[in-house]
Amino acid sequence: MKSDIILAGVGGQGILSIASVLGMAAITGNLNIKQAETHGMSQRGGAVYSHLRISDQSIFSDLISSGSADLILSVEPMESLRYLPYLSETGYLVTNITPFVNIPNYPDIEKVLEEIRRLPRYIAIDADAIAKEAGNSRASNMVMLGAASPFIDIEYSKIEDGIRTIFARKGEDVVNLNLEALRRGREFAQANR
Amino acid sequence: MEKYLFLGAEAIGQGAIDGGMSGVYAYPGTPSTEITEFIQGNLLAEERNTHRNWSANEKTALETALGMSYAGKRAMACMKHVGLNVAADIFINAAITGVNGGLIVTVADDPSMHSSQNEQDSRFYGKFAMIPILEPSSQQEAYEMAREGFELSELTKVPVMIRITTRLAHSRAGVERMTVLPENRLSMPADPLQFILLPAMARIKYKGLLASQNLFVKLSEESKYNSYKGGEDKSLGIVACGIAYNYLMEHYPNDSCPFSVVKISQYPLPENYIRRLDQECDEILVLEEGAPIVEEMLKGFFDKGTPIKGRLDGTLPRDGELNPDLVAQALGKELSAGFIVPDVVAKRPPALCLGCGHQDAYLAMNEALADYSKGRVFSDIGCYTLGALPPYETIFSCVDMGASITMAKGAADAGLVPSVAMIGDSTFAHSGITGLLDAVNEKSSITVVISDNESISMTGGQDSSAFGKIESICIGIGVDPAHIHTIVPLKKNHDEMVRLFRSEFAYEGVSVIIPRRECIQRAASRKRNKQ
Repeated sequence: MKSDIILAGVGGQGILSIASVLGMAAITGNLNIKQAETHGMSQRGGAVYSHLRISDQSIFSDLISSGSADLILSVEPMESLRYLPYLSETGYLVTNITPFVNIPNYPDIEKVLEEIRRLPRYIAIDADAIAKEAGNSRASNMVMLGAASPFIDIEYSKIEDGIRTIFARKGEDVVNLNLEALRRGREFAQANR
Repeated sequence: MEKYLFLGAEAIGQGAIDGGMSGVYAYPGTPSTEITEFIQGNLLAEERNTHRNWSANEKTALETALGMSYAGKRAMACMKHVGLNVAADIFINAAITGVNGGLIVTVADDPSMHSSQNEQDSRFYGKFAMIPILEPSSQQEAYEMAREGFELSELTKVPVMIRITTRLAHSRAGVERMTVLPENRLSMPADPLQFILLPAMARIKYKGLLASQNLFVKLSEESKYNSYKGGEDKSLGIVACGIAYNYLMEHYPNDSCPFSVVKISQYPLPENYIRRLDQECDEILVLEEGAPIVEEMLKGFFDKGTPIKGRLDGTLPRDGELNPDLVAQALGKELSAGFIVPDVVAKRPPALCLGCGHQDAYLAMNEALADYSKGRVFSDIGCYTLGALPPYETIFSCVDMGASITMAKGAADAGLVPSVAMIGDSTFAHSGITGLLDAVNEKSSITVVISDNESISMTGGQDSSAFGKIESICIGIGVDPAHIHTIVPLKKNHDEMVRLFRSEFAYEGVSVIIPRRECIQRAASRKRNKQ
C-alpha cells in the first residue's frame, strides 16, 4: 500500500495535529512514514503544507512528486487549491469549506468553492459546524481527518488508536470528543463521495 | 525494534544524547531550533543534567562548546547556516586547535530561503576549515551520525560538522535508537599548549591539520555512509550527496537504477569512488542540495575531463532546493502534470499576528516619521521584519543580526539624520550591543527602537537572554538614561508613543525607546501550559 497525502492550511490552524495522528497510526501499524512539515516564518499566518507519505515499502523522498498525491487534505478551502499540481489524476481533494480570511484580497468564497466542485473527485465539508455538533468546534481538524479516512489506506481502528494516543494527555473527554468528530467526518464523506 | 517518529532535527538531538554528549550550545534559528528544543525536553538529558540552555549567539555557543571539549567532555553546537557566519572565527580556529572531548558543529542550511536571508552552503565552511563533514540522507543516518560523530571527532582530533538542510530537519520518519553511550569524564588536554594559537604554535598546529587531510579522505573512503553501487548503463554516472540521494532513488524503486551511483554522506570526497565513476562512465551527473560545490570540484577550472552535469550547466537550477521533480527532469524522466492552480488562489504571505505589539510600535513610528523623508528605518532579523510588508512598510533593511543599529549609525554618519534602528530584544542581545556602543562613543544621532516581546518569537518563543536586562545594558554602555524610554505598545498608548518617537527622533544623540509587551503567542502558550 501507499498513501501520498498533501496536508494544507494556514499557519496556526494546526494541520500538524492531523499529521501526528496519522503518523502514530502508521507507526503502530508497522508502516513506513515520511512527513515533511513547514516550520519557521510561514507559521505566522502564511500558507503551510505538509507532505505525508505512508507505505509498506521503503520511502526515499521526503517530498511528493507532482501529479502523484493520492489525497489533498485541506483545512481551508482556498489552500486546498494551491497544491493541485501535486494531485494525481485519480486523487481525491478533501477540504473544509470555512474560509480563513487574513489577507485583504481573499477571493469570493463562492468562486473558490466553484473551482473545488470542478474537480473530478472531491469532498467539501463544513468541518467547523460538524465539530460543533460533535461537541466543540476545536475538533474540526479531526472531522477533516475523518472525512479523508475513506481515501487513506490505513485501517480506521488504527486512526482511532492514533487519536487515543495523541490526545491521551488531555483526558478521556477530549479523546472521546475527537473520536466522535472523526466518526462524523467519515460518515459525511461516505455519504457524499 | 521500537521506532520513534523523529524530525531530522530531533533525530540529531536524540543521537547526540545517546552518543554521550554533556552539553548542547545553540542560538535558535530555523531550521536548526528543534535540535536543542528536543534535548531540552528529553528525560535522559534532564537526568544527566546535560547543558541545554540557549546561548546569547552562535559565537558564544560554539566557544562554550569548545571549552567543554577542552575539559574532555563531548559537546555539540547547533545553528542555522547564517549563524555559522557569526561563529566563523571560532569555527575556523577550532579546526586548528583541535579538540579534546568530541565536538560536533551541527549546521542547518535553508536552500530556497524558506526562513532565511540567503541560502549559503555550510559545506563551504567545512571545506574551508578542512574538517570532516557528515551530511545525512535520512533521519536514521542523522541519528547515527550525531551518536557516532563525537567518536569521529575524538579519532580525528578536530571538530566534525553535521550539515543538514531544511527538508531533513523538518521531515519526520521512523528512527531506531541504539545503545546509550556514557559521557566522558573530565580530563585535561594531553598537550597543555594545544589550545594556544600564538603564531609559533599555530603554525605547528596548522601543519598538523594539513597532514591529517589524507586520514580524513581515507575515513571517507571507508565510511559506511558513503557507497559505490555499479550499474549496467555506463552512459551516465551519478554522484548523489546527502538528501539528494533520496530524490534519485525515489525514481528507481526496488534497486532498479541502471546507472552507477556514488552516495556521499561523508566528506572530504571519497576519492576511490569518484575516480572509479570517472573511469567507468561517459558523463557524470552531480545531485547536491545547496551550492554546486562537488560539481565545481569535479569539473575543475579547465573542464577538460568527463562531462559534468548539474547546477552549473543548467541540467538543474542554479539556486533553490532540489525536489523529486527537478531530479526527474535531470534524468530525462517525464513528469505527471497534476491539476492546474486556478487564478482565484491568492498569495498568503506570513504576517504579524493579530494583537502583536510590533504592530502598535510600527503604527506609531509611521505617524512620527511622516514629518521626514522616507527610508530612514533600518531593521533586523525577527518577526518585526514583516514590518517591511503592507500595511506597515516601515522598514528599509534586513541584512544580518544586529545590522539595524550599525547601519543606522553609518547612515547618520553620512548625514541621514535622524536614522532609526528597529531591533528585537533577542537580536539586540545577540549582536546589537556592540553596535550601540559604537554609536554611544560617537554620540551618533540615531534612535534605537528595541521592540521587546520578551521572547525569541519567530523561532517559537524561546527565552531571550536579554530578558529583564535591556535598560541596564543600555545604561551600562553609556546611553543617557534621560533618553531611554519604555512604553507598552497598545492602541490606548498610541498618541503617547507618537509623541515619544517624535521627540527622540528630533534629539541629536543616541536614544533608546523600548516598546515592551510579551509576544501574544508566547503568552497564549504560557496560559495553555498552566491549564
